[in-house]
Amino acid sequence: MKRLNPALSLKLPIVRARVLLSLLLLGFAMLAGRALHLQVLQDDFLQRKGESRYARLLEMPAHRGMITDRHGEPLAISTPVESVWASPADVQATPAQRRQLAHVLNMSEAELNKRLSGSGREFVYLKRHLRPDVAARLVQLGIAGVSLRREHRRYYPAGEVTSHLLGFTDVDDRGQEGIELAYDDRLAGKPGSRRVIKDRLGRVVEDTESVLAPIEGRDVVLSIDRKLQYLAYRELKAAAAEHRAKAGAIVVLDVKSGEVLALANVPAYNPNNRSRRDAARARNRAITDLFEPGSTLKPFTIAAALEARLIRPESTVQTAPGYLMVGHARIDDVHPAEVLTVSELIQRSSNVGVAKLALALPRQQLWSVLSAAGFGAPPRSGFPGEVGGRLRDYQRWRPIEQATLSYGHGISVSLLQLARAYTVFAGDGALQSITLLKRDAPGAATRVVSPGTARAVRAMLETVVHPGGTAVRAQVLGYRVAGKTGTAHKLQGSAYAPDRYVSSFVGMAPASDPRLLVAVMIDEPDNGEHYGGVVAAPAFSAVMAEALRMLSIPPDAPATLAEPDETQPGGPLPEVREEV
Amino acid sequence: MIRINLVLLCLLVICALALVTSQHRARKLFTELEKEQDIGKQIDVEWGQLQLEQSTWAMHSRVEHIARGTLRMRVPPSGRVRLVPAPARSVP
Repeated sequence: MKRLNPALSLKLPIVRARVLLSLLLLGFAMLAGRALHLQVLQDDFLQRKGESRYARLLEMPAHRGMITDRHGEPLAISTPVESVWASPADVQATPAQRRQLAHVLNMSEAELNKRLSGSGREFVYLKRHLRPDVAARLVQLGIAGVSLRREHRRYYPAGEVTSHLLGFTDVDDRGQEGIELAYDDRLAGKPGSRRVIKDRLGRVVEDTESVLAPIEGRDVVLSIDRKLQYLAYRELKAAAAEHRAKAGAIVVLDVKSGEVLALANVPAYNPNNRSRRDAARARNRAITDLFEPGSTLKPFTIAAALEARLIRPESTVQTAPGYLMVGHARIDDVHPAEVLTVSELIQRSSNVGVAKLALALPRQQLWSVLSAAGFGAPPRSGFPGEVGGRLRDYQRWRPIEQATLSYGHGISVSLLQLARAYTVFAGDGALQSITLLKRDAPGAATRVVSPGTARAVRAMLETVVHPGGTAVRAQVLGYRVAGKTGTAHKLQGSAYAPDRYVSSFVGMAPASDPRLLVAVMIDEPDNGEHYGGVVAAPAFSAVMAEALRMLSIPPDAPATLAEPDETQPGGPLPEVREEV
Repeated sequence: MIRINLVLLCLLVICALALVTSQHRARKLFTELEKEQDIGKQIDVEWGQLQLEQSTWAMHSRVEHIARGTLRMRVPPSGRVRLVPAPARSVP
């Protein structure tokens, strides 16, 4: 055999071949190991890293629903606004640009620099919720590291008129008070998300997973009528200002459906302005504050006495000598009288007469009427922070308590609760369930007294606004009005303050077939007058007259007032009788 | 045998190219859709702002102010109001 290449014939040690082979094998083993490492052990991590180059998780914000009045007029709307934020480390701005930025944001340069100096942080809000035109100017500045972020802000077109009712949301658009809080679940909606692939230019080209669609917030339709709400607020504010009152509240109810048509308080606040807001102003007094109702409770005592057949509408009660001793306590009448009919007890608001009736009634009888009329339990309007007031258990009543209770002392109510209780007399003896949401059909009503009793008490309440009654100023031209005044001393600690009062008036019209019920409460009038018939009744009359006209409810009386001198505004006032 | 394989190979290439094209078209259309949806959202936002603006202009205090002040309007006294019975039912 001929040898072609001498190198091939070279006899090499076998060990070199082995070493080479094992090196090659080792090389393969390393590759396989690395592959295993990447493909199996680090797979998740690498997949994620790869995906993050093109896949994005996009938030899909849900829109907060509107709050509208009963006619669909918006009362609260969310609209997107821009918030400006910066990443301090990335901000590259010349001193001139900084000055411009501070000017646009309406903040001092020092403050801006302070915010931008926190180098450790990657996200600083410079200002939240800018107006669109300010945001546009900011974009024009074009400063690196300063960006805009879209957020939602709540606007209340009616401002302070609806402030207590609607409440407000916090800076992140979550409900904090009022309707915003009560129906937050319905309004808020749920943000969705989607995972997408973005291309080089940042455009979304594909959805990679099933999209989690956002659940849009639903609208809440209130029973409120915006026009009536404005009217009620305007008149209440005027009445509170005229009498230099500390506070006041008003409620307008639709008697037939139990809907709250207007509910306002003073002092109010502007819900569109977040910075100036204090707790005392933000409280919805008509629903969350309690007061002793005073004489506005008397009709319920009379109704209980009528139901128990203790008296008949034409019965008489001896109220001379104008006071009554119960134990060591003395009950006084402001205007002592002699023998009064039951109707006159209401008309002249006699404490003595009503207390006598209450003492003659079995305790349970009085208690059950008051309890059935909703006293001592929250009115369940759906408003957060609703209070039920205090109605003591009748088994622990002392005689004096039974007597004072009959004219509204030793019991506490909220204005909404009191207004609701009066639906008993407006609606033929049944207590309406009330609501702040629009209703298509009347709510459930529970019977408290017989229709006959309710009508008899309503007739008595009509005499209150007639000459000789306590609230001549509550008259409404062209309509029959029924109502009752109330004036109560305020509790200060455990004793009654001698010179601080709560004046109220609750009334309904047209009395032949009541459609509207208005309750007014003025807290601490400080202008020399404190009787409900002088302080609260004129506001009632103004609101009622306008409301009846707005809702085109036909008149049920001739277009003259009972007192001729009342037809001219500013004319002499008829004698006003009132209790304390 | 080899002919069938060639045909299949051709088919495969055609299919692959078709897939790429349709994917590209799908993405383009999707981008288009996104754009339209964005416009829709923008219009929605504008609608909200217009509603807000409308209700701000229609504030009752403002309307009342203009009616009373500028236009000198007032509520007619009840003596000058005549009630017209509704056709269906008569007014009491």
